[in-house]
Parts: sequence; structure tokens; C-alpha cells
Amino acid sequence: MSEHVAIVIVSHSPDVAKGAADMVRQMVGSEVAVAWCGGDPAGGLGTDVAAIQAAIRSVNCPMGVAVLVDLGGAETNSEMAIEMMGDELMGNVVICNAPIVEGAVMAATEASGGASLDVVRATAEEFFS
Amino acid sequence: MAPNLVRALCDKSVARILAHADELTALDQAVGDGDHGINMKRGFEAIAAQAEDLGRLPAGEALQKAGLTLVMKVGGASGPLYGSLLMAMGKAMPPGPGSRESLVACFAEGVEAVKKRGKSQAGEKTMLDVLVPVLQAIGAARDDPLTAARHAAERGLHATKEMKATKGRASFLGERSIGHLDPGARSSAILVDAVCDVLEGRT
Repeated sequence: MSEHVAIVIVSHSPDVAKGAADMVRQMVGSEVAVAWCGGDPAGGLGTDVAAIQAAIRSVNCPMGVAVLVDLGGAETNSEMAIEMMGDELMGNVVICNAPIVEGAVMAATEASGGASLDVVRATAEEFFS
Repeated sequence: MAPNLVRALCDKSVARILAHADELTALDQAVGDGDHGINMKRGFEAIAAQAEDLGRLPAGEALQKAGLTLVMKVGGASGPLYGSLLMAMGKAMPPGPGSRESLVACFAEGVEAVKKRGKSQAGEKTMLDVLVPVLQAIGAARDDPLTAARHAAERGLHATKEMKATKGRASFLGERSIGHLDPGARSSAILVDAVCDVLEGRT
């Protein structure tokens, strides 16, 4: 079981989500689990609640999961996905109010040092404060 | 509510959303990201695919199931918003034939869920600018709640034209969002009209 907060990246575009995840892996390394998803249920631009749940499930851990989202629907759909998962979640899962690429890299950097979810989130959100 | 009424509500809502999908997309191209019609069409086509099953369920269960389908299939923010509306209404729906008061209370639960999900309220150029006035109108109407609901929906929709968006992607436009109807308010008005038609026995 990972001793680090995990990161989930949710974008309207699978290319953006995967690209952001690639950047995290290259800059931070592989000790922080990173999952991503993008695209609506039909494969167009948008987000998919089931895919968000699958991404969270794949990195779900007691340290918690920080979720980075891009635009409106990605946030609403991520909130819905987290609420619907309920007891299945091992730790807290929070959505960070941060730019998706910078936020993901900052969050993962903080997580790689073993920081708590609250600290990881605060670090990611420094971009908007 | 009788199961065949559930089926009729389902069929009418689907037909209206599909008929207006292009209009919703055109409205959304003006102030949003141009996917509202496409997303609603996908969600309501998924409801159409399970219409037979929905028609056999008690109203409360049918609403919850249809809401979940919208959450899972729409792909945009309107999925969780309309999904939360239907799921909260379904949970609040009394078993058996409900009194008018209980149905108004049920709709109130749904509207509250939309406010919570969207972190929004009436006056912000969203679907709530139709749903909130409709709720007030059916709560206050003495003898003809459906006509009151239609008028409130129509007035609420048109009021969004002069509003400045502060929620969703339309908020990026700021002042430039003024002068356009809100696509979510339009889809809500379409659905209110469809429900009223069914409840009045129109085809």
C-alpha cells in the first residue's frame, strides 16, 4: 500500500489528462501513484463519472487522493463520482482548486515527500491564492 | 403516480429533448462550450433505451434510476445537475398517489439538490432561473398549478437573457454573456413544458 497521497487528473480531453500525468511522472518519479481520465462516455470532449471512479479506484489508498480538474463539468462530475463512491474510499478524496498541470506537478511533488492530503491540497492551491 | 404516467413522462421528455438538441447546442455555442444539446441528447437517449423498465417502476424508483442514468451518460455538468434533481425528487417521492403538497415538496427537494450540486442559486443565469420560479409558482397557485408553472418557466427563461453569467463556462465571458438565453434554463423550460403537457393529458 502506498505511503503517499495519490493524484488523479480529470480533463475534458484525454490528451491533456495523459500529458499532465506524463509530466508528473517525469518530474516527480513513479513513487506517487498517478491516474488520469478524459473524454465523455461517447469518446468526445467531456468527462465521464464512471471513468473518474475507475481512476480514483485504481490509486485509492489510506493516505488519500488529490484530484485535479480542468473546467466546470470536470469538477461537477468529479464531485458526483466521489459522493457516489462513499464507503468504498479508503482515505479522503479532495478536489484541488488549482490549474490542472501546475497543480498536479506541485501536488505530486509535495506527496512524494510523504505530506498529508491537507498539505498536498494546500500546496496545489497556492497557485490561485 | 401510475406507472403508465411514468412511461408517458419519460417518452415525452425524451422526444422534446431530442427535438430541441440542435437549438440547445446553438445556445450553448453562444455562451458555453457548445455541447449542451449533444450531452442532453446522449443522456435522454440512454433514458429512452430503458423506458420500458422505468415504466414498470414506482415513480420514486424510476426517477432515481433515470437520474443515475443522466449522471453516468451525459458527460457534462448537466449530467450531475439534472441527475441530482431527479434522484432527490425520487428519494422524496411518497409511495402511492401523492397529494399536490407532497409533489411540490418533492420538487423542492430536487431544486435544493441542484443548488447544492451547482453551488448556485437563482439569478446567476442557470437552470435554477427556471426551476426556482416554477417551484414558487406551483407552491402558490390556487387552482391551476400547471399553467402557473408554464408561465413561470417562460418568464424565468427570458429573464436569463439580460443576466450576466457567474457560473460555469459562460462566466468566462463576463459581460459578453449578456444578451443570450442560458442553455440550461432553456432545457429546463423544455422539460417543464413536456411534464405539464403529460399531466394535462395532451399528446
